[in-house]
Amino acid sequence: MSTTISTKFSRRSFLRTSSLASGGMLIGFNFFTACKDNVKMPVDIAKLNYNDFNAFIKISDEGMVTLFSPNPEIGQGVKTSMPMIIAEELDVPWENVNVVQGILDTQNYVRQVAGGSQSIRFGWDALRQTGATARQMLVNAAAARWGVDASECTAKQGVITNASGESLGYGEVVNEAAILESERAAKRAAMMAELDEGEEPPAENIVLKDPKEYTLIGTDVGNVDIDKIITGKPLFGLDYKAEGMVYASVLRPPAFGQVLESYDDTAAKAVPGVIDVVKIGEKAIKMLGMEQVDWSVRLAPSEKVVVIAENTWAAIQGKKALIAQWSEGSPLENTKAHDKILSDLLDGKDFTNLRKDGDVTKAFRQADKVVEKTYESPFLPHNCMEPMNFYANVTDSKIHLVGPVQTPASAASTVATLLGRDEKDIRLEMTRMGGGFGRRLYGDFVYEAAEISDKIRKPVKMVSSREDDMMTGVYRPAIKYRIAASIKDGEVTGYHLKEAAVNSNMYGLIPNFFPAGAIANYQVDVAKYDSNISTGAWRAPYTNFLSFAEQSFLDELAEVLEKDPVQMRLDMLEKVKGTTDDRIQYSAERLQDVLKLAVEKSGYNNPKDGVFQGVCAYYCHNTHVAEVADVVMENNQPVVKKITVAVDCGIVINPLGAKNQIEGGAIDGVGHSMYGDFAFENGMPTSNNYDKYRLIRMNETPVVETHFVKNTLSPTGLGEPTLPPAGAAVAIAMKKATGNRIYKQPFVSAMASKPILG
Amino acid sequence: MPTYNLKINGSSQSIEAAEDTPLLWALRDQLDMVGTKYGCGIGQCGACTVHIDGNATRSCQLQISQLDGKEITTIEGLSEDGSHPVQEAWKAIDVPQCGYCQAGQIMTASAFLEKNPNPSREEIRNAMHGNICRCASYNRIENAVAMAAEKKMA
Repeated sequence: MSTTISTKFSRRSFLRTSSLASGGMLIGFNFFTACKDNVKMPVDIAKLNYNDFNAFIKISDEGMVTLFSPNPEIGQGVKTSMPMIIAEELDVPWENVNVVQGILDTQNYVRQVAGGSQSIRFGWDALRQTGATARQMLVNAAAARWGVDASECTAKQGVITNASGESLGYGEVVNEAAILESERAAKRAAMMAELDEGEEPPAENIVLKDPKEYTLIGTDVGNVDIDKIITGKPLFGLDYKAEGMVYASVLRPPAFGQVLESYDDTAAKAVPGVIDVVKIGEKAIKMLGMEQVDWSVRLAPSEKVVVIAENTWAAIQGKKALIAQWSEGSPLENTKAHDKILSDLLDGKDFTNLRKDGDVTKAFRQADKVVEKTYESPFLPHNCMEPMNFYANVTDSKIHLVGPVQTPASAASTVATLLGRDEKDIRLEMTRMGGGFGRRLYGDFVYEAAEISDKIRKPVKMVSSREDDMMTGVYRPAIKYRIAASIKDGEVTGYHLKEAAVNSNMYGLIPNFFPAGAIANYQVDVAKYDSNISTGAWRAPYTNFLSFAEQSFLDELAEVLEKDPVQMRLDMLEKVKGTTDDRIQYSAERLQDVLKLAVEKSGYNNPKDGVFQGVCAYYCHNTHVAEVADVVMENNQPVVKKITVAVDCGIVINPLGAKNQIEGGAIDGVGHSMYGDFAFENGMPTSNNYDKYRLIRMNETPVVETHFVKNTLSPTGLGEPTLPPAGAAVAIAMKKATGNRIYKQPFVSAMASKPILG
Repeated sequence: MPTYNLKINGSSQSIEAAEDTPLLWALRDQLDMVGTKYGCGIGQCGACTVHIDGNATRSCQLQISQLDGKEITTIEGLSEDGSHPVQEAWKAIDVPQCGYCQAGQIMTASAFLEKNPNPSREEIRNAMHGNICRCASYNRIENAVAMAAEKKMA
């Protein structure tokens, strides 16, 4: 059975077709919004414009399909999974589909971000409708050629067949389809013009497949760039090269709060391969006074010294030879001071309320018992394996930008403002990214590259070293949570969550995530301290630590109440069912189901001898996840052996890619909870490279076993949701294994300070 | 600047560069062989791993002036068409997420399997310990090394 979707807006509002000069048909479409009525499609593939369409499908007269997808790929797999959705509805063999990273001109362009695990969730409807509409156009063309009704024809795997068994390949009718579609569109436009004011145009029907009919969605499809990755072909920003390109290494203030006073470049200029030393930053500083300026311009409000060289090594060596004097533009901060500041905020009264149900104060006054715990986390750097870098070539007529950035549109628009140029002169090409984790949402490295090229008027690539990357980054802010619960007659009657964070607090619907809705008296309050250390999104912002705090706290509550921690959560979720609170967007049923699945698959109720298991369930980024961590004692130390993950992300587009995200997210969650530590002394990070900053490595890695809840609900993203529960599951298992509760990240420091109780 | 002759992937390459230039940057910037990646510059992450006379080595720690007469193999030369058993296993298991560290992982794994063709899981985990994957595709890397070992044995 198929699903017929009636759309109020015409297909013309998000999609256009054109015949190609080279033969075949081009379909331009927009993932997220309607296109304008007056835009024209190119007839030459070289002239694709992304002003109104943010993706294109080319169907050649051989029936080959090329998808030009400009969606940023940071390793989350959308360059494979998004085209799969189109190919499914278009019904073409996957071998005939070629995916090309699109170029991006940014004028009038809407939203295109890799972040928040939202690409698949937002793109689902538009991608299906696009594929289905294109298939219908081809079927219509075949039917017209045969002189039969389109409803008598079927399309499958690139071939259209009619009732008498004749068949035509997509490629054979693609040129007619383009012509038919433009005639049909012209007729519809004329009809629309005849409509009286306020009169609704007739709906257009698009027939979508029933999920049961899927032959591609739900199958394992390998990464589309795999051959290039395993043979070392150029793919990433750091691999990009252009004729006449020079390399730039930027000396930024070594400590947050410092500004450049003066510098001596004599020794730097003597380094073989160094071409010049210049100063940048004036333009960015000028922008700081403007309203509506992209936040990341504020990252380093100082002038910077740039070494320009013939190659990267010379640029790096030249920078080391620079001698610079810095002055204190604002106070240099310390982690020890932050620790006290955040505790003082939690002890204080100056909070912003984000959710308030019932009367927490009264519940606490009437309680038999109050449980209160405080949880602490450090700053964290992103540590993308590919350090920040960007190519820029600024000339009088054009600005060409190439590189890895998660927010191309805002980066281009900020460059236009920065250099006082017209946005239409900017051409931005995205490369594959060697990791994002939130760092590449901020375009500071794009602005630096643009300002350097504007100054030296040469094509240039700005390359950060690992030390630059770790020391002049954007960090997950240090946060403390204090959670208190009131207990009366063996039940939790009140729950008060307080957050104290550096620079910014939890946002959006986070205050309404589970256990919000499950406890009658419930309050979430936040407070912040403004620091000059730049902070921002880090994979699963806030929830990456909040989940550890809340789920650990629930486990401790279960212990106090002498309840089974699984049953306690199931009972709490039962109370959320049927809620009319539209801020509660998690589904109690789905969260219960993933919890039950994780319990079943992990053998939680019958653990093996010597295996200690911690369980938790969490919802974030629209996906429901439960995880069970297995910990064993080896040489009197707890070791994480396995994470069993149960996931409800709706329809799983590409199980192979989905599992990769799930495994990586869970191990990333374990790794950063266990080892991630980052501190500041006098405004300067105390670690600057992997010898001092510990990332999880293979022989510390648990096996991740993934189980999906099977359903046909719309798909949600997987780039982030399995990270937050991992730390909590591990900490709960560690408690069982060692007798110690962990309240602070990283766990290795917390565990080192306490004897194993056994 | 002095000129150095390096033997890379079976052919002789001439490079004019400062003597302290690490092999990593000579490969990437001068020879346009960008498969070898920069990750940390201090030999801690393994993204820049190449083979020197068959041994997995961090190219960020090797100056080009020290490489006279050495056989250098990079990811580009591991096989002509991506058909080395380790590359094939990487593809079969679909290891990469962002993909940036994977050339280094493959180079470490392939040198390791030459020396230990039939490793235990524990030996694989220890052998791959020096290569960081920030996306944490570690389970798949481990499985791919095991699969490549089986294929080579077969």
